[in-house]
Amino acid sequence: MLTATNDFVIKFANVNGSGSASANELFAKAILRMGVPVSPRNIFPSNIQGLPTWYEVRVSEAGYLGRRGGVDLMVAMNPQTWQWDVAEIESGGYLFYDSTKPMPPSAFREDIAVIGMPLTMLAVKHYDDPRQRQLLKNVLYLGGLSHLLGIEPAVVEQLLGEQYQGKPQLAQPNIDAFRLGLQWAAEHLEAIGLQVRRADKVGDRIFVDGNTAAGLGCVYGGATVCAWYPITPSTSVAEAFEKYARKFRTTPEGQKKYAIVQAEDEIASIGMVVGAGWNGARAFTATSGPGVSLMTEFIGLAHFAEIPATIINVQRGGPSTGMPTRTQQADVLACAWASHGDTKHVLLFPEDPHEAFEFAATALDLADRLQTVVFLMLDLDIGMNQRLCRPFAWDAGREYDRGKVLSHDELEAGRPFGRYRDVDGDGIPFRTYPGTHPQRGAFFTRGTTKNVDAGYSERGPDYLENVHRLIRKFVTARGLVPQPVPTPANRPTRIGVLYYGSTSPAMLEAGERFTAEGIAIDLLRIRAYPFPESVRDFVLAHDQCFLVEQNRDAQLRTLLVQEYGLDPALIQPVLHYDGTPITARFIVRAIREFLTRTLGQEERVA
Amino acid sequence: MTYLAKPRLHHPSLKPNAVGFTRRDYEGRISTLCAGCGHDSISAAIIQACWELDIEPHRVAKLSGIGCSSKTPDYFLGQSHGFNTVHGRMPSVLTGAYLANKSLLYLGVSGDGDSASIGIGQFVHCMRRGVDMVYLVENNGVYGLTKGQFSATADAGSKSKKGVLNTDSPVDLVALALQLGASFVARSFSGDKAQLVPLIKAAIGHRGAAFIDVISPCVAFNNHTGSTKSYDYVREHNDSVNFLDVIEGREPIEIEQPPEGVIEVVQHDGSILRLRRTEPDYDPRDRIGAMNFIARHQERGEVVTGLLFVDPQARDFHQHLGSVQTPLNRLGAAELCPGAAVLEKINASLR
Repeated sequence: MLTATNDFVIKFANVNGSGSASANELFAKAILRMGVPVSPRNIFPSNIQGLPTWYEVRVSEAGYLGRRGGVDLMVAMNPQTWQWDVAEIESGGYLFYDSTKPMPPSAFREDIAVIGMPLTMLAVKHYDDPRQRQLLKNVLYLGGLSHLLGIEPAVVEQLLGEQYQGKPQLAQPNIDAFRLGLQWAAEHLEAIGLQVRRADKVGDRIFVDGNTAAGLGCVYGGATVCAWYPITPSTSVAEAFEKYARKFRTTPEGQKKYAIVQAEDEIASIGMVVGAGWNGARAFTATSGPGVSLMTEFIGLAHFAEIPATIINVQRGGPSTGMPTRTQQADVLACAWASHGDTKHVLLFPEDPHEAFEFAATALDLADRLQTVVFLMLDLDIGMNQRLCRPFAWDAGREYDRGKVLSHDELEAGRPFGRYRDVDGDGIPFRTYPGTHPQRGAFFTRGTTKNVDAGYSERGPDYLENVHRLIRKFVTARGLVPQPVPTPANRPTRIGVLYYGSTSPAMLEAGERFTAEGIAIDLLRIRAYPFPESVRDFVLAHDQCFLVEQNRDAQLRTLLVQEYGLDPALIQPVLHYDGTPITARFIVRAIREFLTRTLGQEERVA
Repeated sequence: MTYLAKPRLHHPSLKPNAVGFTRRDYEGRISTLCAGCGHDSISAAIIQACWELDIEPHRVAKLSGIGCSSKTPDYFLGQSHGFNTVHGRMPSVLTGAYLANKSLLYLGVSGDGDSASIGIGQFVHCMRRGVDMVYLVENNGVYGLTKGQFSATADAGSKSKKGVLNTDSPVDLVALALQLGASFVARSFSGDKAQLVPLIKAAIGHRGAAFIDVISPCVAFNNHTGSTKSYDYVREHNDSVNFLDVIEGREPIEIEQPPEGVIEVVQHDGSILRLRRTEPDYDPRDRIGAMNFIARHQERGEVVTGLLFVDPQARDFHQHLGSVQTPLNRLGAAELCPGAAVLEKINASLR
């Protein structure tokens, strides 16, 4: 049987709506509190009640936060998925199940250890209320697992106390149920080969999901208008913004320093964001792929009329309705080139909740500075799963960059104003807010071509002047966006790997694996589009690069090849797109296969 | 369609208003619409209303969608910021602008294609929310810029210029606005300046969504026999329920006993709307009554005009949201950012 300490994967198979989510989250937190890093992932259906749902926890003292793949211990609580759940367990692994009803031997496997605990029987015996029986059954298995894995009971009990703080009538029954499960397991079961042992590997890191982080980032970044339409997996961004804004942006008299509108659809959401941005407020919307599709006409207008707008896209599996509860990085091109005509938009790729917070505020600054649309590209994996990450950081006294806006006094002093004039040579013109000055600074905003003073024009030279300036502005953006993060190999190498966003933990783990195998690979994490020139230089400095992404058509590679006119052969795509988060195992296998194949060929040539 | 620009020199007879602007200061660029277009008359009425109300032009934000009507904001209030947005989506952009700065006056100009066809969803939700704005539809029942297709407000049985009969039933934006909870609903005719100017003034004084449907004949594509949006048809079938006088609150008001049959409504800004009724039992404060009245007249082929409904106690969207008095676009990091110390506490709660 498998033996491992602080390094295994446990998966809970539950029924949606059975109250398992909070028990499972508590399980993950208990291990964290013991100083051992975990990375949990919800694998849930587009459903409120009844369909299968899973919660997978990777326990890793080494700190690997990517999905590992494979399951060492399955907590099989859902008869609907029993067959697949049992099949998924690694050979030598463990199956934990509710043994109230006897199962035929054919339901099990011979190469795994089977641990039964009569959860329903215990719940029925000790509780009368059917709802309580269901909910506390989840806490009973927490008790059982605590014994089996060596999780400190005091830690679990403290967490239960925190969870039901101020509700002692709920706290005590939960603690009692936990003790009941623990005691039953101690009397009937042996500890298993997978163990949790107290360590000190968590540090000051925080445990939070990316959507909450992005919503909080918008509060810190000074967004005052949020217009949104509910769509999985982005809904909790607006909810987090509302929660934190209500707490931190309400005056003692109860007045709000923010406005949130749940719009009638995504078209209205982005319309409101564009209207607010035009009028000088920081505004954002949160959506997912189908919402972006609906917004594209407005995105083109905001690009061409040069209006700040921040769009948080929590990507899910596409196309069409696709897989709303699964993850992908498949909206890269749809966002980078959103709308008809020649358009290009700024994209930011946070790797985790820490960066989701930071980049949300950065996006609001960049949208104002560049007077354009900025996408914050999250995905379901980092958006909806809690992730261990560096604590949020904010420099005391940090001001907002409101960009080039002429004030009443500047206009009064006679400073010349032409809305689309490139006075600084960076492609970024000055703007004015409506209502600033009685005689100066008013202009008419339109999506049609205009001259540099915002006058109506359909003349070719005026059009060219404008679109060429927009390109200059985009080049300026290369220096303003978050710069790429290199992780060089321990010795010079001709192989490089590019990656971005939620791929990060799996990629770093894969990198360590290669190092251990003696293969040197330089890593570069791309954090934004337009790509800074250092990204091109990285590609040109290596004989062979890989670009790891979670979509079918190598979308970021297309952008990179296009942006710098690179030879596509320089960049080999590594693509994972089945809707589950990418794993280090997958990346290592894909890169190794390619290297073996090409190296093999070289040998033959030699 | 005016080829000759008016001289910028002000005629000595042009009288400045209380804030020092003459009527010319409220004009915009030269219209590029067809000669005789009803829309130009509406622009003139807006100019007149703003001048009479002593509004500083730069405190107005004018927004529109796409179409002939939506081009007009360029032709009035040249000192105001304007925004020609995308087709049918003026309401959302205006809503966002209004959220950003509640201290400006918002004028949304749209057309029947813009508001009743592609943009009907945004029209509906904008009315529901009570965004503080004047929403003006320049309604000609036809797509002008694409040369004469029916819009959703074209009456069933009306004929296009090419002789095609419209069989779809029409959308009545006025009836819709009433049903949706708009707190100021009026209909007028671009050819009736005496009625239109006071209605625009009253709408500007109203807090909440003030909707005016202005029938505005299209001289190029919808002014022929068989059209129900032509000058002749509207003049023959127009039934005005009241005549409106707007008495501005900021001037001392001589309190006089209103004559028999007159209804007085005091608005939020203190202005008094005095309605002289032509229909003896029409009360514009009765939403259900207004809906019935309009429906009965519509059945007889009559276009009811005038101030059809007003709720002087209406609350607007910012009041519903409970937002601060200071416009949101004036708040900076000091007012908006919870700061580093609070973030430390948030971090601690996430461990």
